[in-house]
Amino acid sequence: MTYNDKISRQFAVMTVVWGIVGMLVGVLIAAQLWIPALNFDVPWLSYGRLRPLHTNAVIFAFGGCALIGTSFYVVQRTCHVRLFAEKLASFVFWGWQLVIVAAAITLPLGITQGKEYAELEWPIDVLIAVVWVAYAVVFFGTIAKRRVGHIYVANWFYGAFILTIAILHIVNNLALPVTPTKAYHIYTGSVDALVQWWYGHNAVGFFLTAGFLGMMYYFVPKQAEGPVYSYRLSIVHFWALIAIYMWAGPHHLHYTAMPDWIQSLGMVFSLILLAPSWGGMINGIMTLSGAWHKLRTDPILKFMIVGLSFYGMSTFEGPMMSIKTVNALSHYTDWTIGHVHSGALGWVAMMTIGATYTMMPRLVGEKEMYSVKAIDLHFWVSTIGVVFYVASMWIAGVMQGLMWRAFNDDGTLTYTFIETIAATKPYYAIRLLGGILVVAGMLIMAWNTWKTMAGKRPEPVPAADPVY
Amino acid sequence: MLSAFWNGFVIILTIGSVLGCWWLLMWTKGVSGRDDDQVGTTGHVWDHDLEELNNPLPRWWLMLFHITIIFSLVYLVLYPGLGNVQGVLGWTQLSQYDKEMAVADAARQDVYAAFTDMTPEQMMASDEAMGIGRNLFANNCAMCHGSDGRGAVGFPNLTDNEWQWGAGFDNILVALKQGRQANMPPLGAALGEDGLEQVVAYVQSLSGQNVDAELAAAGEARFAVCIACHGVDGKGNPLLGAPDLTNDIWLYGGDADTITETITLGRNGAMPSHADILDQEQRRMVAAYVLSLSQGN
Repeated sequence: MTYNDKISRQFAVMTVVWGIVGMLVGVLIAAQLWIPALNFDVPWLSYGRLRPLHTNAVIFAFGGCALIGTSFYVVQRTCHVRLFAEKLASFVFWGWQLVIVAAAITLPLGITQGKEYAELEWPIDVLIAVVWVAYAVVFFGTIAKRRVGHIYVANWFYGAFILTIAILHIVNNLALPVTPTKAYHIYTGSVDALVQWWYGHNAVGFFLTAGFLGMMYYFVPKQAEGPVYSYRLSIVHFWALIAIYMWAGPHHLHYTAMPDWIQSLGMVFSLILLAPSWGGMINGIMTLSGAWHKLRTDPILKFMIVGLSFYGMSTFEGPMMSIKTVNALSHYTDWTIGHVHSGALGWVAMMTIGATYTMMPRLVGEKEMYSVKAIDLHFWVSTIGVVFYVASMWIAGVMQGLMWRAFNDDGTLTYTFIETIAATKPYYAIRLLGGILVVAGMLIMAWNTWKTMAGKRPEPVPAADPVY
Repeated sequence: MLSAFWNGFVIILTIGSVLGCWWLLMWTKGVSGRDDDQVGTTGHVWDHDLEELNNPLPRWWLMLFHITIIFSLVYLVLYPGLGNVQGVLGWTQLSQYDKEMAVADAARQDVYAAFTDMTPEQMMASDEAMGIGRNLFANNCAMCHGSDGRGAVGFPNLTDNEWQWGAGFDNILVALKQGRQANMPPLGAALGEDGLEQVVAYVQSLSGQNVDAELAAAGEARFAVCIACHGVDGKGNPLLGAPDLTNDIWLYGGDADTITETITLGRNGAMPSHADILDQEQRRMVAAYVLSLSQGN
């Protein structure tokens, strides 16, 4: 029996491709915030249409391909069995690419549901649901026919991610279609807002956290060549994480028409979420702790340790920002953007890149990537880029918050809105520089991928022996 | 207010989830105990070499978890959170808003008291009054009229000493208090295509623009439909907010295309009333400041 690695190869390549595309769009809209004329008065190049394209491309195309591709790789190797329903897996790949292409066409055309991170209109939503159910069948089918007694921890997280995203996606997108490009949601008013942010925050919690923790739990011990630090800790933080994340959404709706008690619950559970989140960081970092000396020579481990550090920072920052008094300052400012990118670029992208560099050579029968030096260069370029990005948005965000709330003795606001924009402009330039560095790193990765994979016809990898 | 069922549902689910975390910690502790000296693996091996140690939960991490749980329970006693339970402190976001506004309003009264008896001229001469006026203008007027008061398409320039609704402090005060509704009806159908072209040429000629003299002459006759508001000589009527067409100052634009659009479709200029947004003292301050913008001209 051998593993099906073709599917992971396909997803790995598209991870790099969509990473570059999604981040390039991000760079363009970052440039537009600095110099608005860069939309060239072309409607489909305008910020309002490209921003959802950027978020969809980096989350669902880049992140999605990384998660699905690695999950197929991991679930086979930790279940000691070949993938279940391989044709269905192939459909998952092509279906997911179709979703991405459909998004890349409709969003610039301005076809949108207007729900953040759920902008795609109903026909694409239906396709996503079908592809996702197929994905679940392949993944859980493989687990069901596993040839080991215990289900490895990485698969708990991947499994929770797959199951929850299906529920979130379907519930949040329930709508009544009226034309092929327009549907009306069944929720209205505050209920709509609450459902939307229940979805929105759990997209962060399960897509960008649980899924990538699954990735972490396989690739970190593999690359560090040591055991996972604590099984016990993984149990506690897994159950606490998936139970508590569900409640945190209303912290996106502080000081709005949302009833006070719902806001409080969002805040309280966001705070409780701190420890379960850090459980994953501790388990990752302590797993690496036996291999500190390898950090000198292995840039892949550097990606992983920095990724885990950013994960720890973001999951500390998040609960703090959910506190009403802090949120009163941070909400609607670029601090939120900084927070999101410390998670997205610092944690999600770093872990994805580390995992991909680990997996890719093995997918083509090699021991390591074509150029380890290029990985090291990628690491430094990317890390500096992320620091520029996050630090500039932190400063800009706190400054905006302070300027917006400042008022004079006569009862007027001290600053007009445009004055806060003008004050933010230099930070937008620094953020743009950070973004360009991150994309530059991805281009190095693309070159390295090409050199590693092109023309290779690898032998299938035999499955590990059954263990019960 | 939630019904009794949903209230109970929320309370039980919330407290159950918080205590569930605590139970999870206790349970893990009970099942596996603590043997910090000898930490073995769980005995399972995946993918040739993947193993798991079974280290105890870090003590500081457990403390952190417990602290957040205790904080949450205390918070839910003090603040609204458990369904209809109001919380011991009686806090609501509206009461917080009212409290903060009351403090700010009280502080504000003293500031404005000094200017109550001042004439517009005195206010314009006072740096302090003009500073406050500028603040009020920036907060309330700049979004339409621009932070420098020079307006935008459809929003009058306040610095050119041209007044659609009449000049002077009192007229500005009326605009601030009552708002202004300027309404030009669509006349495209009434004039027909030829008539439209002629009237456009005539209107342009009024402010000295170079146009086809023949067309403009024909338009003068057709201008009859316009004189009710803009007057026989096209100098407008401040009582109706009908702009002067002879001074080459344009609210929407003086080129042929824009004037054609204006006549065809009509225009609705709306300035909202600020009676509920700014009090009398604030409106006087803004009016004086607006007046000062055109004093140099």
